[in-house]
Amino acid sequence: MSTTPISSSGRPGAVQGLIRAHGVTKVYSSKSGPVRALDGLDISVPEGTVMALLGPNGAGKTTAVKVLTTLIKPDAGTLSIDGIDVLAEPKEVRRIIGVSGQYAAVDENLTGQENLRMVGRLYHLSAKEARTRAAELIDMFELTDAGNRPVKGYSGGMRRRLDLAGALVNSPRVLFLDEPTTGLDPRSRLALWQVIKDLVAAGTTLLLTTQYLEEADQLADSVAVIDRGAVIAEGTSDQLKSRIGGHSVAVALMDGNDAAAAREILARHGSGAPHTADDGRTLEVAVQNGPASLQLVLADLQSRDVGLHDAGIRRPTLDDVFLQLTGRPAEEDQDPRDPSAVDGQGKSARHGEGVRR
Amino acid sequence: MSAAAARLPATAARGNSAAANWAADGWTVTRRNLIKIKRSPDMIIFAVLQPVMFVLLFSQVYGGSINVAGTDYTQYLMAGIFAQTVVFGSTFSGAAMAQDLKEGIIDRFRTLPMSPSAVLIGRTNSDLALNAISVLIMMGTGLLVGWRVNTSFASFLAAVGLLLLFSYSFSWVMALLGMTVRTPETINNASFMILFPLTFISNAFVQSSTLPAPLRIFADWNPVSALVQAVRELFGNLGTTPVPDTWPMQHAVATVLIGSAAMLLIFVPLAVRKFESVSSR
Repeated sequence: MSTTPISSSGRPGAVQGLIRAHGVTKVYSSKSGPVRALDGLDISVPEGTVMALLGPNGAGKTTAVKVLTTLIKPDAGTLSIDGIDVLAEPKEVRRIIGVSGQYAAVDENLTGQENLRMVGRLYHLSAKEARTRAAELIDMFELTDAGNRPVKGYSGGMRRRLDLAGALVNSPRVLFLDEPTTGLDPRSRLALWQVIKDLVAAGTTLLLTTQYLEEADQLADSVAVIDRGAVIAEGTSDQLKSRIGGHSVAVALMDGNDAAAAREILARHGSGAPHTADDGRTLEVAVQNGPASLQLVLADLQSRDVGLHDAGIRRPTLDDVFLQLTGRPAEEDQDPRDPSAVDGQGKSARHGEGVRR
Repeated sequence: MSAAAARLPATAARGNSAAANWAADGWTVTRRNLIKIKRSPDMIIFAVLQPVMFVLLFSQVYGGSINVAGTDYTQYLMAGIFAQTVVFGSTFSGAAMAQDLKEGIIDRFRTLPMSPSAVLIGRTNSDLALNAISVLIMMGTGLLVGWRVNTSFASFLAAVGLLLLFSYSFSWVMALLGMTVRTPETINNASFMILFPLTFISNAFVQSSTLPAPLRIFADWNPVSALVQAVRELFGNLGTTPVPDTWPMQHAVATVLIGSAAMLLIFVPLAVRKFESVSSR
């Protein structure tokens, strides 16, 4: 599987990446035979930048983070962080990295403060230093009120924040975040994005994984699209989006008999041919300017008395990227029984990026 | 939320010796586990109430119906209950390792520059403490129902030492099992399936001479029997019962010492090696 270059202009710092993986392969055995979780993964993240590994469930994102953070050993390939060989000197690597996983790795029975103090002690801070650092991080992550309560009673967002705080105890130069906002409500997600942006502004080098194009767009300098354990495309978020097209306008009709009229209107305001879904009542067209086109489309539809269930601007999602790069939907392998998985639009609606009112 | 505070100077590279860090790491994890035990009422009940119940039930229910030569059943029984309880107590090390793995906290530990054996040392230490508490409580209950130590204080301490040494060594076996099996429920079920025969087909509750031949042979070679026999001897609770003619029963104290040492020599390195490669899924 070769990497599809999005842009021919190679970034100068890429060769000297602070985080580097080359030809990394990891095969798991499973009941249905060997699974190649990583299949020649190559990445390089220059110092002080953010790279997002973008891919669906099962693409190998978490395995990539695990091999880089010394948690699992790959079958082949080389890995280094700040020039330190991850396989030869895992302990040295652990001193300079911070890791926050997909599932908050915090102790339910300890309080927030106790969790962070324990991590501080295991970084060999003195008891006093560990206590000071824990208190600082608790305040920084707005957990002050809950800091002395057992984590059992924390919400999902609070646990994630505490877990991220745990990854920062040692003020790491290099941070790994595995799907930091998966499962969070929109407000917690925005708050966590801000924390991450602040960390990056302060000079932290970050590798994060995500299933959301929007998240990669918000946080990352460069995006590596990962599929079946290898990088299949790499570039800036803008390069990715320009490759797959920008916004589109989508409408869902009350009455399928209006489809012809709606199709004509969408064609007039869109930048390509409208696409009609199998149900015959959901239409979509790529547009240059989302909001302006939506207004025009809605005005024309109203003048023709076309009733609507739903209408909105659809932003490109991971599914669009995937469909474009691989010719198949993002989660085809994961859930073959789910009919919406073969329909890019149905799938993207589940990611919260679908047709908006 | 400001990130300014996130750029503290890294203080990890301190001049502490590796040995000092190792001890400190072990203590940090032990403390974490002890806090956890303190805050989980069900664990306290397991460690405190269950042994009390066993002592009372066995001594009061079977006390009158089982005859032991040269002593009464309550005297004879206690060593068996102590041994059974500490052996079962050790299974907690396995369930707890599986639970920590499931919750992802092991992943957190493994990304820290701590000593790789510290988590296992902390685990086995805190379970040793829990077992010690169980033994103390059982002994207190035993004294209340008429159990007595008929030897010296030194023998008494040696007996307690053997119980705890055996259970500590067995904790390492269970910890390895917990990381291999990975589900706390499976660990609990599997240890039930293995430990019930191991503790019941032994001399813990009855003399092995009363058992049918195949079970008797098993019981006379069973390491749990050796532990019970050793403790019984040291407490002076043997009465005039004959000692079965197998090497482990004739040399019970030596068998427990050798068995514990063997478990530690084999399973400490295996468990530490396993720890260095496990990760949540």
